[in-house]
Amino acid sequence: MVAVPESTRVRGFSGRDAPSFDLIRKCVHCGFCLPSCPTYRITWRERSSPRGRIWLMKSVAEGRLDLLDPVFAEEMQLCLNCRACEAVCPSGVHYGQILETSRAQLVQHRPQSLRERLYRMLGFRILLGDMHRFRTANKLLRWYQRSPLRTLVRRSGILRVLGLEHAEAMLPTIPARFVVPDGRFFPAENERRGRVALFTGCVMSTAYAHVHEATIRVLTRNGFDVVLVSGQQCCGALHVHSGELEQGRELARRNIEALESPYLDAVIVNAAGCGAMLKEYPQLLQLDHSYSERARAFAVKVRDVLEFLVERGLTAQPGALPWSVTYQEPCHLAHAQRITQQPRVLLRAIPQLRIVEMAESALCCGSAGIYNLLQPDMASALLERKLDNALATGAEVIVSANPGCMLQLEAGLRARGLRVPVLHLIEVLDRAYTAATVPAARALPVAAE
Amino acid sequence: MDRAALRTRLSEIVGPDGLLDDPDELLVYEYDASDEVFAGYHRPDFTVLPQTAEQVSAVVRLANEVGLPVIPRGAGTGLAGGALALRGGILIVLTRMNRILEVNERDGYAIVEPGVINLELSTALQPRGYFFAPDPASQRACTVGGNVGNNSGGPHCLKYGVTTNHILGLEVVLPDGERIWTGGPVPETPGVDLTGVLVGSEGTLGIVTKVMVRLTRLPEAVSVLLAAFPDIETASHATSAIIAAGILPAALEMMDHLTIKAVEDAFHAGYPREAGAVLLVELDGLQEIVADNTQRVAELCRQHSAWEVRVARTKEERDLLWLGRKSAFGAMGRLAPNYYLVDTTVPRTKLPATMRRVEELSREYRLPIANVFHAGDGNLHPLVLFDRHRPGEVERVLECTTEILRYCVDVGGTLSGEHGIGFEKRDYMTLVFTTEDLCAMAGLKRSFDPRELFNPEKVLPTGFRCGEVAVLRQQALAQRFGLEYV
Ligand SMILES: Cc1cc2nc3c(=O)[nH]c(=O)nc-3n(C[C@H](O)[C@H](O)[C@H](O)COP(=O)(O)OP(=O)(O)OC[C@H]3O[C@@H](n4cnc5c(N)ncnc54)[C@H](O)[C@@H]3O)c2cc1C
Ligand code: SF4
Ligand code: SF4
Repeated sequence: MVAVPESTRVRGFSGRDAPSFDLIRKCVHCGFCLPSCPTYRITWRERSSPRGRIWLMKSVAEGRLDLLDPVFAEEMQLCLNCRACEAVCPSGVHYGQILETSRAQLVQHRPQSLRERLYRMLGFRILLGDMHRFRTANKLLRWYQRSPLRTLVRRSGILRVLGLEHAEAMLPTIPARFVVPDGRFFPAENERRGRVALFTGCVMSTAYAHVHEATIRVLTRNGFDVVLVSGQQCCGALHVHSGELEQGRELARRNIEALESPYLDAVIVNAAGCGAMLKEYPQLLQLDHSYSERARAFAVKVRDVLEFLVERGLTAQPGALPWSVTYQEPCHLAHAQRITQQPRVLLRAIPQLRIVEMAESALCCGSAGIYNLLQPDMASALLERKLDNALATGAEVIVSANPGCMLQLEAGLRARGLRVPVLHLIEVLDRAYTAATVPAARALPVAAE
Repeated sequence: MDRAALRTRLSEIVGPDGLLDDPDELLVYEYDASDEVFAGYHRPDFTVLPQTAEQVSAVVRLANEVGLPVIPRGAGTGLAGGALALRGGILIVLTRMNRILEVNERDGYAIVEPGVINLELSTALQPRGYFFAPDPASQRACTVGGNVGNNSGGPHCLKYGVTTNHILGLEVVLPDGERIWTGGPVPETPGVDLTGVLVGSEGTLGIVTKVMVRLTRLPEAVSVLLAAFPDIETASHATSAIIAAGILPAALEMMDHLTIKAVEDAFHAGYPREAGAVLLVELDGLQEIVADNTQRVAELCRQHSAWEVRVARTKEERDLLWLGRKSAFGAMGRLAPNYYLVDTTVPRTKLPATMRRVEELSREYRLPIANVFHAGDGNLHPLVLFDRHRPGEVERVLECTTEILRYCVDVGGTLSGEHGIGFEKRDYMTLVFTTEDLCAMAGLKRSFDPRELFNPEKVLPTGFRCGEVAVLRQQALAQRFGLEYV
């Protein structure tokens, strides 16, 4: 036998968080998932399809492809983790799980550039690792956005040098008031039906604080006490999607500690990405014996707010809104949590609201967490396609249910010079409630700056 | 021409973005939907993604010049290795050619490119009140070009016929790179029916670059009915009774217990888990007749021991019931890591006996077998479940499936081939066809593709390569006249 020199030996998966071969092997390569995959629909290349990616993983697991092969790394990154493939897979392949562990392998074994390490440290550990720090940074950002410094920085060209031009343009406008989990309690109006905690998250608590406020109003109107339980952290989805599983686990443990309570009927989430993550804590912590059981008990209480409202039924009657709207499905609501009917049920509950379905509503808008920063070309191809589909409906308002999608759509509309408002579905419902008593609330909303 | 020069030439034709030649990115073209245990791994030398018929024709000419095989591929959902590069060569993937070019309602046809996805064609035609009738279970993914290649069928073929009944004409790139049109909007064209020859030829005679499909009117009313039976036997009797009553359903599908379990786990379609078998019956046509026939079918099912009959009321309910059926093969991944699909047709009256034999064989070979089939036309799909990593299983699977096929042929059945014969099922051809039949097919192949560069090693069994045809013909003649062939 000829000895294989070290440098040409094929590296397979090894060490912590290796993708399970049994899960990979569940794929019978039937190809059903192909047309649902956004990156396949743009490229029509098998390597950029779910079936192709799973085959690449399988080849690495079987020692036929090197873990550090550029094709493998590129495809693991080009994937949006939108999980449209998972939702249609008859064979029950847990795609999200094998993708996240494949990425974890790359984080472990691939040499990272200094810049990448720096960004990962800054983003995941410093900013998202602690919500106090995150909110302080958001305050700074607000100050920056309102000061002459912004114009100066934009003109100086420094953003281009740092490769942050695109990221800076994507930033949402930070409002003055945040919704901070400080133990505050909002009592139910009307007949009391239960008590829930609101999961506050990261950008939802700052840039989208108004969505939280709307959520609290809708829940209390429908008979639920809402508590802003303190000690909650970021959900960890961005970490887990980027292969930083350990950091995700740390955050998961702290969230479970903060939010597990026999006095809560549900933990309510209004960001699809966070909801999907919280519901998957049991899988994330399955090997952590002191937390696995607690994670299971916690996860059964997690509900997306739209899911919860339909499950428990609306007791307050919404007023009429004479708008036409189109609904954009967030991937992590439609595919990861399989919540597709409930948003439509709620929209239909609003008198006079006209719903115009767009083509390809469930095809990712390209936001996908921080994907739009890492893969700007694919992200903008998908964004343009989404905007074309949404605008073709002629709807006056675009409705979604996830901050990432809303940011992405708003940035896209801004770039096209269009002022079509993008609202979270719960905001629409909240407006309908206001409209029941205040006719002025029936006016069309204005687009965010 | 060396590889680098060939690479440059190909890139000039399809553009750098349309060419894949890194061995690692070609890795994902070494499979289609067939099981790799039987089909193996076959990597092409190049993959091209052309966008026009001119590009296809230029690639074919170049392949001819350098003597490389050419293999057309659609979505790669074929179950018999038809789209695999058995001898390497250039894989021509047609998925980027996916436009609907013309819809002509007056003359009842549409012209589409081969990469259009089957279901998306029907969805696009729906607002005008039409659909494309062939509906393989893989319709959400497979391409019209692949349907033509395999002459695909589906549940609705019982009433509407298979792909060939819905193709009016084709634009094809022949093995010499020449581009021709066959057929046309009028049903009868003089001369040899080349369209008929090409449909079902699995890419061995030419590459389809445009398809003229027939438009079928959407029915006025549709109803879907699910009946649960204690076992396959009673469900088969009900099937015969429905047909004997003179009712022609649009589809009449059967699933056995194992399949029901798998699809329920996958999609919660609402099939009764305890049932030994279910029938899924779709009736379509005029409102009154559909309502009437639904009643009659329900009654017939009950008479034949159905303990539950359910009628889907809304479109959502209908879609859910169909989703279960259409995902059945894919859902097998939940029962076992591998499955082998047998695709055969028996006379409808022989269904119960055949199923008993399948059950016997399942016990004898200690292999679970799930059954999903087009009961209406006796087209069976036993799925033999196994795990390739368990020693000896693969061999047992091969023996078992051959036994199943042999039995089907003995009771007057045949290979159906709706999923393709490809590479992986070609040796079964000798079970069904005589040497003369096969020689005739090989002769046709030779006249189209004398250099044997078009999808080589497919459809015809080993030993029926062109060069050997003359010898085989002699043998066949000798055999027929009782002579000894030397
Ligand atoms: C879960 C599952 C269920 C299925 N159910 C059915 C079913 O109910 N009925 C059925 O009939 N099939 C079924 N199939 C098989 C398969 O999906 C169909 O035969 C389908 O038509 C193949 O289309 P494709 O685009 O994937 O073609 P491919 O698999 O890519 O190719 C199929 C064959 O056609 C040739 N070909 C492709 N495009 C062209 C072209 N443009 N010109 C010339 N030749 C071409 C290829 O060379 C190959 O030989 C199923 C498959 C799966 C995985
Ligand atoms: S649908 Fe599932 S089994 Fe089929 S190819 Fe995709 S991931 Fe694999
Ligand atoms: S997660 Fe989305 S982008 Fe990734 S393979 Fe699946 S469908 Fe494609």
